[in-house]
Amino acid sequence: MSTDSANGPDSTAGRAGPAGPDPRAGAVSEAGSVSEAAASGAGSVTEHGPVRARPSLASRIAARTGGGVMRVFLVLVGLFWLMPTVGLLLSSLRSPADISASGWWEVFTAPAQLTTENYERLLQNETVTDSLLSTVMITVPATVLVVVIGSLAGYAFAWMEFPGRDWWFLAVVGLLVVPVQVALVPVSKLFGTIGIFETTTGVVLFHVAFGLPFAIFLLRNFFAEIPRELLEAARLDGAGEVRLFTRVVLPLGGPAIASLGIFQFLWVWNDMLVALIFADSESPPITVALQQQVRQFGNNIDVLAPGAFVSMLIPLAVFFAFQRQFVSGVMAGAVK
Amino acid sequence: MPSTAGGGVRRSVTGTRGLVAAGFLLPALVLLGALVVYPIGYSVYRSFFDRSGDGFAGLGNYVEIFTDDTILTAVENNAIWVVVAPTVATALGLMFAVLTERVRWGTAFKLVVFMPMAISMLAAGIIFRLVYEQDPERGVANAVWVGVHDTFAESAGFPKARPAPAHPLKPAGGGAFVTERPVRAGSPVLLPLVGVPADKMPSDARPAKSAPPSTDGRITGTAWLDFTRGGGGTVNAVDAAELGLKGLAIEAVKDGRVVAEATAAADGTFSLPKEADGAVLRLPESNFREPYNGVDWLGPSLVTPAIIGSYLWMWAGFAMVLIAAGLAAVPRELLEAARVDGANEWQVFRRVTVPLLAPVLAVVLVTLMINVLKIFDLVFIIAPGSAQDDANVLALQLYRSSFGTDAHLGVGSAIAVLLLLLVIPVMAFNIRRMRRETRR
Repeated sequence: MSTDSANGPDSTAGRAGPAGPDPRAGAVSEAGSVSEAAASGAGSVTEHGPVRARPSLASRIAARTGGGVMRVFLVLVGLFWLMPTVGLLLSSLRSPADISASGWWEVFTAPAQLTTENYERLLQNETVTDSLLSTVMITVPATVLVVVIGSLAGYAFAWMEFPGRDWWFLAVVGLLVVPVQVALVPVSKLFGTIGIFETTTGVVLFHVAFGLPFAIFLLRNFFAEIPRELLEAARLDGAGEVRLFTRVVLPLGGPAIASLGIFQFLWVWNDMLVALIFADSESPPITVALQQQVRQFGNNIDVLAPGAFVSMLIPLAVFFAFQRQFVSGVMAGAVK
Repeated sequence: MPSTAGGGVRRSVTGTRGLVAAGFLLPALVLLGALVVYPIGYSVYRSFFDRSGDGFAGLGNYVEIFTDDTILTAVENNAIWVVVAPTVATALGLMFAVLTERVRWGTAFKLVVFMPMAISMLAAGIIFRLVYEQDPERGVANAVWVGVHDTFAESAGFPKARPAPAHPLKPAGGGAFVTERPVRAGSPVLLPLVGVPADKMPSDARPAKSAPPSTDGRITGTAWLDFTRGGGGTVNAVDAAELGLKGLAIEAVKDGRVVAEATAAADGTFSLPKEADGAVLRLPESNFREPYNGVDWLGPSLVTPAIIGSYLWMWAGFAMVLIAAGLAAVPRELLEAARVDGANEWQVFRRVTVPLLAPVLAVVLVTLMINVLKIFDLVFIIAPGSAQDDANVLALQLYRSSFGTDAHLGVGSAIAVLLLLLVIPVMAFNIRRMRRETRR
């Protein structure tokens, strides 16, 4: 660890969430998870300095009531934040006639209105089930390919020697903020020429290309952290470049790859714009299938409400299961 | 740029030949070149040509962005978005982060506020279409709004009700009606109205009764709907099938002052104390007010603020979590020192916390600005077809110019280039920041 030790930790600062334990790395890398951020703040409240003046009775009462008001306020805000989602869920559990007659809050006085009818009908609706399948068919390859291609390039930028390496890397990072909108027209023409316009392949390739700058950025910084000795030892054991990559670098890159994978997965799963233009109109993903129903919002609410909720299930499950990686992934990739 | 400054600092452990490196990089570079770099060049080139793509248009397409009314609306709305949405989201995030810091269940709160980040903008759009539903019976935003409104200005009764042409009431201005002559105790007052549709009558209204003449000096009378369904009935007389106007407010006015008030019963009868003797009776305007129907959230004037509201719902959590992380890194001693010096909580917040958080706040603002510049899905989904011109933003206009019925690829490309140009300063800021962080 000669020159590298001075250089290594610094170069991974910035946005490699789980990768950068460096406290100087700025806010993003410290946002390990929602709970962690909260926990680290909580402890210090009670530790008053020894020299702190005893507050007067009045100010203590004021502080107490202030705290109470604050708590009530936070509870109200929390309920306020939950309300739209709860409204969608309850709407999706009411019959179309009930939805058009009254608001979802009616179920609090008439719980008998709740029915799974909409969901049963939704699951028999082939357009919807097919579109869920299309979403999976787009999301899984687009995620896997970004991870694979991104880590290949990230490894090359981190540990290989070639002319102009840093400039190439700078150029790739610069592409991080190119809006997808810039590419819509040119790429649809390009895909039209080579015959993959409005195919699942086209959507996947588009997502992979626009996921790569972030993937390369994140993984290169993480891989550069790997202690040089590890790689040299493997090299002495006779490992070639490919073996080194698959046996040493990839396993060690687990946390960064997880963050990247989760971010990319959700990005593609939730995408509508790219799919709207590039997806096969015969088998659109769920976002596009639902979007087509929005024009007659009132009439299609019995499909839209449960459909939207079904499309949210996977992202929400990912959110609650992988909170830590999710937060660091979203934080790091938000520029996109 | 967190890259190594001097090229030769990190030497390949394997002594790779360039060819192997090329193999590792090739898939990424091919995809980036073909699908990201090439389109930038194409868009710039195409933005200088006219609709058909054959004639050179110079800067014509760029001029059109700032002269065409629809696109200009998009530019203006985008400006509103970029200024308002990141600022408010950051302010909310700061407030939540600071407040939750001292609450034990702060984590649960943060989970709730951060959760919308996980779902698609499409789902959020559908959620908020429901919230902003115009009918107060269905849309929760209007339900709440109307509830609040009616607490202060109750709308009751009988919009469009009016006296029939031949009868003893005359308009008193402002939608109220008064009797032409003062009322006298002992002779019951008749207040006949017409113009209330059958389904708008109170469900518990009963057939009207003529009030008996009072003997104790009170004023009595009947207010009823002087209309017999299917015809028949005598004008200005209480007929058997005619209903009382339950709940109609009646005021007795003497010399411009209200001396007594009453409300009609289910059968239309009412009685006023004897102070009303000699007064004229007034049916105040509140009887005839239209029921308040709430705000047209997705109408032309409010659609952009409404959609910004839904964006804040999604992204305030992002700001909150970033700022909370920054807050956790603020040295406690500084805050304590300020408190010991006698600063109150607000002063601590204003003079210590916020300045210390300034770098984080800047990052959050800038990140949200890039994000907002490209806002598309929410506007596309939430704005109904009729309001889409009013809610227009650049990304939506780009989509419409490029793939709409009346496509003009030149203009579409010019908007794309404009978006890219707007993002570049932000990119420069980001790269500078990363560089600074790596130097420390």
